[in-house]
Amino acid sequence: MKAKITVSPKKAVLDPQGKTVQSALEHMGYTGIRAVHVGKYLEIEIEGDKEIVRQQIDEACRKLLSNPVIEDYQFTLE
Amino acid sequence: MNFAVLQFPASNCDQDAVHVLKNVLGHSARLLWHKENSLGDVDGVLIPGGFSYGDYLRTGAIARFSPIMKAVQLFAENGGMVLGICNGFQILCEAGLLPGALVRNRSLQFCCERVHLKVATTRSGFTRAIPENKLLQIPIAHGDGCYFADESTLGELQKNDQILFQYATPQGMLTDAANPNGSLLNIAGICNKNRNVAGMMPHPERASEGWLGGTDGRLIFESWLQELTGRNKPSAT
Amino acid sequence: MRIDPAITPELVQKHGLTPDEFERIKAILGRSPNYTELGIFSVMWSEHCSYKNTRPLLKGFPTTSDKILVGAGEENAGIIDIGDGLAIAFKIESHNHPSAVEPFQGAATGVGGIIRDIFTMGARPICALNSLRFGELSSPEVRRLFSGVVSGIAHYGNCFGIPTLAGEVYFDKSYEGNPLVNVFCLGVLRHEQIARGAAKGVGNPVFYVGPATGRDGLAGAAFASQDLTEESAEQQRGAVQVGDPFMEKLVMEACLELLATGCVAGIQDMGAAGLTCSTCETAARAGTGIEIDLSKVPQRAPNMTPYEIMLSESQERMLIIVKKGREKEVQTIFDKWDLPWAEVGFVTDTGQMVVKNHGELIVNIPASKLADEAPIYHRTSREPAYLENVRRFTLEKISDTVTPEADLKALLAWHSIASKNWVYRQYDHMVRNGSVVCPGSDSAVVRIKEDSLPLLPDGTFGPRFTEKLIALAVDCNATYVYLDPYEGAKIAVAECARNLACSGAIPLGTTDNLNFGNPHNPEIFYQLKKSVEGLAEGCRAFNAPVTGGNVSLYNQNPNGPIDPTPTVAMVGLIEKWEYVTTQWFKNEGDVIVLLGEVIDSSDPLLGMGGSAYLQRIHGLKTGTPPRLNLDKEKQLHDGLRALIYAGLVMSAHDCSDGGLGVTLAECCISQQIARDTPRLIGATIDLRNSPATRLDALLFGESQSRVVISVNPNKLADAKSEASQRGISFNEIGTVGGDLLTIQSSHRTVTTKLADLHDPWWNAIGRAMN
Repeated sequence: MKAKITVSPKKAVLDPQGKTVQSALEHMGYTGIRAVHVGKYLEIEIEGDKEIVRQQIDEACRKLLSNPVIEDYQFTLE
Repeated sequence: MNFAVLQFPASNCDQDAVHVLKNVLGHSARLLWHKENSLGDVDGVLIPGGFSYGDYLRTGAIARFSPIMKAVQLFAENGGMVLGICNGFQILCEAGLLPGALVRNRSLQFCCERVHLKVATTRSGFTRAIPENKLLQIPIAHGDGCYFADESTLGELQKNDQILFQYATPQGMLTDAANPNGSLLNIAGICNKNRNVAGMMPHPERASEGWLGGTDGRLIFESWLQELTGRNKPSAT
Repeated sequence: MRIDPAITPELVQKHGLTPDEFERIKAILGRSPNYTELGIFSVMWSEHCSYKNTRPLLKGFPTTSDKILVGAGEENAGIIDIGDGLAIAFKIESHNHPSAVEPFQGAATGVGGIIRDIFTMGARPICALNSLRFGELSSPEVRRLFSGVVSGIAHYGNCFGIPTLAGEVYFDKSYEGNPLVNVFCLGVLRHEQIARGAAKGVGNPVFYVGPATGRDGLAGAAFASQDLTEESAEQQRGAVQVGDPFMEKLVMEACLELLATGCVAGIQDMGAAGLTCSTCETAARAGTGIEIDLSKVPQRAPNMTPYEIMLSESQERMLIIVKKGREKEVQTIFDKWDLPWAEVGFVTDTGQMVVKNHGELIVNIPASKLADEAPIYHRTSREPAYLENVRRFTLEKISDTVTPEADLKALLAWHSIASKNWVYRQYDHMVRNGSVVCPGSDSAVVRIKEDSLPLLPDGTFGPRFTEKLIALAVDCNATYVYLDPYEGAKIAVAECARNLACSGAIPLGTTDNLNFGNPHNPEIFYQLKKSVEGLAEGCRAFNAPVTGGNVSLYNQNPNGPIDPTPTVAMVGLIEKWEYVTTQWFKNEGDVIVLLGEVIDSSDPLLGMGGSAYLQRIHGLKTGTPPRLNLDKEKQLHDGLRALIYAGLVMSAHDCSDGGLGVTLAECCISQQIARDTPRLIGATIDLRNSPATRLDALLFGESQSRVVISVNPNKLADAKSEASQRGISFNEIGTVGGDLLTIQSSHRTVTTKLADLHDPWWNAIGRAMN
């Protein structure tokens, strides 16, 4: 099975990448953009009982894959 | 004194730290491979700069899980003095030994230059030998040095006098223009509540020999040495 | 089942091989090559690997001195003795085409490649330099390439932990779409630590270490040896190599640790043409044969063909030939560093390069014929037609300046002259605690201390030694070379040597990077030939033999060829700490002296030909460039060093792009203490006694063999007498002090506030990039 994890910067954290992308998009003529956030996307291929895998991935997200001081995460299992 | 300088895969200021502690300050310093489980007989631990694990995922994120970090944690809990420089600061934040986190520079560019640092407090074992009101000139060299913490953490840092260094103008003012990376409150270095663990983005080991353009960094090592003198060794495992 | 394409004339042509070359291959093999063999010949016989177009020319370079331990062409990099049993290894290399296609990764992998060339020799890399050329920053595409290349170099060098200590960047239309990225690395070792890239010892096992092989940069060497077109760039984009500096750092540490055990018989990095080049070259050097089995090579992608594995340019891989019976040591060390390794073959006595796949014979080629017997071409050369126009240019065509202050500011803000702090602030130029003179002065200076060395077998750095100081400079005014290839190349060498002399150093050796257009064009070949002659003569004059280098041809895009750019990097030794000299004025009251003539009045163009002034102010890239007399130049360097050694020189700055005006301004404004803290120190200059020529030529002419120094007034008499003994011209032209730069001349007095000079100079590039 595949865990698809998205890690994104917390709203309060300065996101210079997001700002830069936003202004680039605006320069290109895209209008109405309220905000851009640049985060990370990870895919983990993993075997096992779905519920146990869910717990494992959640723990890995908290411990290693994201830093709760600056980042939020969410994931799906497929 | 005996210092351990930790060596992670792709630490790259490790030898610089040993050089200054040993050849400039005349103390004993040795490299300690990250796969070790014990610090051995040490008075202080230095986590050097570099790009441990290529800075992949996040700076310092993988290094904190190295076996040696458990020993560092214990050493710190027992009052042992730990200084993290640059990547070392990032690792200490990731490991939870220091509050907050270091994120991408506001400019999105790596930045290497000498900066002016205001010493926010001399009431710490890492700043005690610095003359009052002395502005330090020390180089920075990092891409992820923007200090971030939530408001309550920042409030705690201020209340407990945990901010050690702040980026300043040549006149000592904490302005936005003097801030090379966007750090909140211009923070360049902090210590923990117990004041025995400190982290800083600037590189004092690069400002310890006159030929290399200044010796202000030595004041930080000298503070550390003063503090350690007459102190009992914390139990290290 | 793998089915190789049939070998047709079209396929041969697609591999960049001529019908004659194909016949030669058939004669060597005694049969037609198969697909994999064809690929192997095509990369090994590309210009990048074989120098087939330039080898006869390169023979003209001086390559010997009593200090050379490993000479040009012998190994991956040359090695020079610096005394006390220590030596330095250094080399420059280009990564132009990959950077045009993908600037970040192209530049990053260039840095990775040159670092590997250095530690392959057994040396610990201690600093890097680079020489970059781009189109003009007004173009968004150029800005993208420029910022990509700079951040690529920064990414790789910073993460690896090597200080990028000096460099040069020029901007000119001719490089639009074909930027130049030349990267240099220097390493240090003890004489007994020199490692060789030879597959010695029949029966010795061959190890592959480093990350698995993927389809990256397939046939990059062959790609680098073609004209750059839209189509070729697009084709290559999918196959761009990706650099991993973290991996390289580990591979280096592991290799140096392994070399210290003494179990290595031979070592070579897998750079251009990867596994192909490293296997046949190591066998050819040792006069042995080599046999490998591809099924043992770690592979990243499924179903890779032998062709792909042999030609892949996946990065950070090394080939190591290990003394039989000591395999375990390789395993222990590489496991410690968590690095992949595999035993892939062994050394034979057949002279053949044999490649098998799961036991099936795929490749069987005489190694030395493949590595050393590429065809050699003596191309025809013809003087370029444009040179006639160039020679016709006279100063009557332009009127003298009436706005010298504005001209000076404009020149200081011209991107080729402006401060490169936007670039070097992105490079960690201080890591390793050896950066004595950081970017921003004429030469960089790095110190060699014990931890600059690789460890010895006993885990120590060996006997103590006095710290050494190495000065480095890289230069090439390609406009001069374009306008006069011979003289221009000579000047490139002289300027490098002058920069070293200004820092207090004596040249030890040179490495060059010849960046030119398509050599099949006789006019381009003329540029190449004349440049090499000029370089050779220059290197001979300064006793700075060429220890190696790189040739990059086919640097052109649909708009035409680049300006001929024979980049020169020179390395020198500073014997004592007290000799280290920087370019900026130090103390109020010091006397400013020009060593050399104020103007070369024998030059009808008064030093204005090809000058920055003509280009920036008049939009003209023409005129015969200034002449350079090597004897006079050498005398200047020796005299300057004598003054420095006698402790008489407070600052020394070579007079080059932008002439005396820009040089003096730089002496006043170029010292940077810390962020937002320049140290500005003024000067009052009196040129009223100088030959009454045009004001523009006086201020901005680029006559050669000139250096601006400053001298403590109490030592002026000593300095004067030393200079006269040395036979160099010594002109007192002013005094340091104040917050203005004032230049008096018989025409008028030019006065500017230092802050007004500093701002455009310091910020021009940063502003163009924001």
